[in-house]
Amino acid sequence: MAEQIPLVDYLVLGDDPHLIAHQCVACGARFFDRRNACAACTATDFVTVDLDPKGTLRAFTIVSFAAPGIPVPYVAAVVDSAGTSIRANIINVEPDPEHVRLGMKVKLATYPIGTDDNGTEAIGFGFEPS
Amino acid sequence: MSEDIWILGIHMTKFGKHPDKDVVDLAAEAAVGALADGGVTMGQIGVLAAGNLMGSAAGIGQQLQKQIGQTGIPVYNVANACATGATALRTAIMAVKAGEVDYGMAVGVEKLAGAGLLAGGSKKADGATWTPSGRYGAVASTDGRVGTETMPGVFAQIGMEYLFDHEYGGTAFELFARISEKNHAHSTLNPLAAYTKRMSLEQIMGDVMIAYPNTRPMCSANCDGAAAAVVVGDSTLQKLSSEQRRRAVKVSASVLTTDPWEEGCQVLPNVNTLTRNAAEQAYEQAGIGPDDLDLVELHDCFATAELVHYDNLMLCPPGGAVDLFESGATFRDGSTPVNVSGGLESKGHPIAATGIANIWEVCHHLRGEAGDRQIQGATVGLAQVIGLGSACGVHILEKSAA
Repeated sequence: MAEQIPLVDYLVLGDDPHLIAHQCVACGARFFDRRNACAACTATDFVTVDLDPKGTLRAFTIVSFAAPGIPVPYVAAVVDSAGTSIRANIINVEPDPEHVRLGMKVKLATYPIGTDDNGTEAIGFGFEPS
Repeated sequence: MSEDIWILGIHMTKFGKHPDKDVVDLAAEAAVGALADGGVTMGQIGVLAAGNLMGSAAGIGQQLQKQIGQTGIPVYNVANACATGATALRTAIMAVKAGEVDYGMAVGVEKLAGAGLLAGGSKKADGATWTPSGRYGAVASTDGRVGTETMPGVFAQIGMEYLFDHEYGGTAFELFARISEKNHAHSTLNPLAAYTKRMSLEQIMGDVMIAYPNTRPMCSANCDGAAAAVVVGDSTLQKLSSEQRRRAVKVSASVLTTDPWEEGCQVLPNVNTLTRNAAEQAYEQAGIGPDDLDLVELHDCFATAELVHYDNLMLCPPGGAVDLFESGATFRDGSTPVNVSGGLESKGHPIAATGIANIWEVCHHLRGEAGDRQIQGATVGLAQVIGLGSACGVHILEKSAA
């Protein structure tokens, strides 16, 4: 099997794909990006936590008009995963408001993005109806 | 206590397409117009704050001086996304409040006609080998793969989130389209708006979908335009003519906020808390409440944004934005008319000009000079802008008693 690499460093691949976050030790605020300090409380110590792959659709849009090279339509969304907000696409669903509904239950899913010159496959993620 | 601040002169250009004018021409037209409106000259201005977001490295303030008066005064070139104009005004106000100058001028200008989609696609070309980079260690472009960076899409989610939080049972698309229908109807009375055509609900819903539920006419119109204002302190105003004092508009509150950290605010921008904070501070400063407002110009960069700002500006009880709209209160014949200028969806949104142009609109009504679209007897108004990132400017304006 070809080697794989995640689209972003907060996606952990393997048998049980999941997202991770940097959690502030002092106040519990969670972040997905590399941190200098905590935006909530200014502390500087973080631990890595696993996020629940299940969630609820809090907000969405169906983007029909995007920058060149980005396939449309796609569903962009905010998923609430046990109190942590996650930005993601909703995938494996018809991109229309009859099939994508506020409050629907979703779960993490991964998909291949492409293979580079070294044969490494990049893996992206989204949430699909559960 | 520092002294009261007044808008002495203010001007906006026609918003729309100005193919024969560059940003300096438009800025000059607004600035010279504001000076003439206030009955002062460039030689009296002690500080200039200027914004041109798309050209923010070029120094629009000095470029403007080279056309209308190089008097050697300090220039502050400011950039704060869609709040750039309000930031320029606030900068001039702070200088006058601090007692450093008697007269301050703020100018905002943008050329955006035909600009298309203004964000998204921040590549990062997909390379020949996957190499993690940036703060998320991304190996490829994330716009369109991990949600959206496009403004219509971001603000669509902001509106949808409001409906989710308040368990709206109706049809989201139609609700937001009706807000747009209101603003397009309002625009027919504004000769300076970029688009002045009334649009039916069917036309709005049937237009090109950009990011559900926002179709094209539900998005702010990219266009060219500029606006400028001259501000003075009370002690200076008292030395001026009775006509200048009569037309001066009191700045009862001038507030700029950024977003305090909350869960999720770095995932989907939270435009609510910083707006609510700005509104609370502004009502406190002005000593008036939302019920006292005769008109509101708020930042309807998208139809989905207008709804949430009804709540953020406390024009309704928490969670009551849909009910407020359904009551008709925000139409020009309602109890709190919102965006009688036509709003950004039809008046247009030349970014850095917007935060001064909305104040021009309110001043126009308070002076009783708004012609066909005059809100009769208007004495108090509020203008709000928000720039993603985020920054929120709120100004409360009051008619002169003189």
